Amino acid sequence: MNLDFSDDQKMLKEQVRKFLADKCPMSVTRRVLDGDEPYAKEVWKGLVDMGLTGTAIPEEFGGLGLGALELCVIAEELGRAAAPVPFSSSIYLAAEAIKLFGTQKQKETWLPKLASGEMIGTVAISEGTHAAHPRNIETAFSGGKVNGVKQPVADGGEAGVVVVAVNTGGSGEQAVSLAIVDTKAGGVSSEAVRTLDPSRENVTMTFKDAPAEILGDKQGEGWSQLSRILDGAAVLFAFEQVGGTEAALEMAREYALERYAFGRQIGSYQAIKHKLADIYVKKELAKSNAYFGAMMLNDEGAELPEAAAASRIAGSDAYVFAAQENVQTHGGIGYTWESDCQFHYRRAKLLALTIGAPIQWKEKLVSRLEAKNAA
Amino acid sequence: MDFNDTPEEAAYRKQVRAWLDKNATRKADAKGMELPRDLDALIAESKAWQKKKADAGYACITWPKEWGGGGGTTIDNVIYSQEEANYLVPGGIFAIGLGMCIPTVMTWGPEEAKERFVRPAVRGEEIWCQLFSEPAGGSDVAGLRTRAEKDGDEWVINGQKVWTSGAHFCDYGILLTRTDPNVPKHKGLTMFWIDMKDPAVEVRPIKQMSGGSEFNEVFFTNLRVKDSQRLGKPGDGWKVALTTLMNERLAVGGSQGNADTDDLIELARDTTIAGEPAIRHGGVRERIADWYVQAQGLKFTRFRTLTALSKGETPGPESSISKIVAAKKMQDLGSFGMDLQDMGGVIRDRKLSPADGAYTEQWIGAAGYRIAGGTDEILRNIVAERVLGLPGEIRVDKDLPFNQAPKGK
Repeated sequence: MNLDFSDDQKMLKEQVRKFLADKCPMSVTRRVLDGDEPYAKEVWKGLVDMGLTGTAIPEEFGGLGLGALELCVIAEELGRAAAPVPFSSSIYLAAEAIKLFGTQKQKETWLPKLASGEMIGTVAISEGTHAAHPRNIETAFSGGKVNGVKQPVADGGEAGVVVVAVNTGGSGEQAVSLAIVDTKAGGVSSEAVRTLDPSRENVTMTFKDAPAEILGDKQGEGWSQLSRILDGAAVLFAFEQVGGTEAALEMAREYALERYAFGRQIGSYQAIKHKLADIYVKKELAKSNAYFGAMMLNDEGAELPEAAAASRIAGSDAYVFAAQENVQTHGGIGYTWESDCQFHYRRAKLLALTIGAPIQWKEKLVSRLEAKNAA
Repeated sequence: MDFNDTPEEAAYRKQVRAWLDKNATRKADAKGMELPRDLDALIAESKAWQKKKADAGYACITWPKEWGGGGGTTIDNVIYSQEEANYLVPGGIFAIGLGMCIPTVMTWGPEEAKERFVRPAVRGEEIWCQLFSEPAGGSDVAGLRTRAEKDGDEWVINGQKVWTSGAHFCDYGILLTRTDPNVPKHKGLTMFWIDMKDPAVEVRPIKQMSGGSEFNEVFFTNLRVKDSQRLGKPGDGWKVALTTLMNERLAVGGSQGNADTDDLIELARDTTIAGEPAIRHGGVRERIADWYVQAQGLKFTRFRTLTALSKGETPGPESSISKIVAAKKMQDLGSFGMDLQDMGGVIRDRKLSPADGAYTEQWIGAAGYRIAGGTDEILRNIVAERVLGLPGEIRVDKDLPFNQAPKGK
């Protein structure tokens, strides 16, 4: 029985943690949230210099050739710091998509750039305020061109390469393909969109006859490819959520110990103690689900879809709850702009929505469980 | 990451399986067979099985061989429990004695007591119970009122215990008493072992809300015990009791026959909401997802604990969440299973109700499970104080002599 990370992986985690504690305190997240920078460039450069962007990219494409477990420990630390960097878009999503389904030539073209951090990538799925589905994806690909509008697209304004969910005609899931768009090739424009968490950039991305090619070499497989890409990302985001939950719990705990009301530390009242105990319980459930998710992702196990969904559901539940109750524990000061509580509050909800809301993942999970139960 | 045994663990598991195959019946092959329902027959069968285990070194696996144990590791014990769970064998009646009482005797008892009691308990010849809770001392066990007064070389005990599992068939018990009411409550307690068959001990079963009777009230009327039956010094009873409570076994068992999400999916296929299969209803689907995620979370939390044990490390505090989550889930899932049966959900009949009536039984049983062995509230206090380091409760009776502290009826 070994449901734990190796000593090497734990050491990597410690290095990332130290780096972020030093270079990416909450004041950096605040700076990005308050200002016009799309992301914290000096933090991104530091992560790149440590080789972290290339972690899970094979050596032949300029990466370190490590696996999913290394990405998981990095994710947990990025989540703890609520780091304002495009790591998830570029690595969990774009690089993984190309690594999993790209042709040899596509991998050779894009992966070295993503590994070295000289280019940022992202994926573009959503087309507004409704869940994407094979029936409603309107952005179209034909004759080597993409036309349509994607919104919101995380880190889209900075991305050099975008993997776009497109309609290629046909019925049902076969209507969807994934296209690779080089944003420097013309026909792509981005406009910042106001979101609940301005520490992470999101844009409206418009494609007008943008030159593109299909990811891999076959059309009509985009929906199942996307499903696999999002399963992997769900596990990695779950580790961010676990890290964020721990950070929010720690903030709440520290405040509960230093704040006095009615002559006592507020952390001595059961209303607060039990609230924080409930955060701890949700955090451990999220962590345990994420560990199994990590194992399935690393082994490409048969239970990856269920494990990914469970990781995502538990991770979203834990972080949103922790972030909300962290503000509540702080009382009025927690609701001010000057308080750091807002960063977890915003980020928790952003992460819970960014690759599909929990209710969508619950549906996906139960469909799988139903099929298994019937078998 | 993997769920595999180490080579040593695999070898031990193989040996355990071979022994179990020779001495017991696999549940999978036990169609129509069941354990005796009659209590005397069940006790006889339990004792016979325990003796067999002791002879083979599978009773009290982690205890030293000189005390009748197996001389094995914690992970050996976990492996044995996992394997034994696949066989139709009696279990349970020795859990409190071997898990809590005898370790207390071993830590605090005089040499004669250890010589006299440890081996027979390991071999299942004698059964023990734990007499701590009282009507006036539940979550606040140290508020207990059963008095023990010194009389020469003896102590005279009067009072009442409650929620004593198995008192009606136990041979011996460990009893926490108040020997000095003039000092604050934690300082005036003393522990003894007692003979449950003494005529001054009266056991009355408690009929539970579920209709079953697993617990008892136990009354002491001028029960005389020798000073040599004392475990630890007079006034050290709280310290002794903490040893008992710390020895609560690592919960590694599987589910206890409760319905889970797989059963719920089946039930939701067979029932309807507005004429459509309930399984198509979003509200049903969301609950199934939530409970599945909780169940998986608990399972892999247990695996994380086992990982630490397997590596010879001390497990982290994560296992403390287990009962908080499991008890409430058991109640809610039972309740929802009854809802799916609609008006028929009121029926409590194993022959008529789905899943052998599991939903109703677990809903009723969960009301007790949320309280037994630490209430939801006490467990949250424990997480808050021991894991998160938040302040302990304000105790207004902490420094007052027990006989001057505020009390209810």
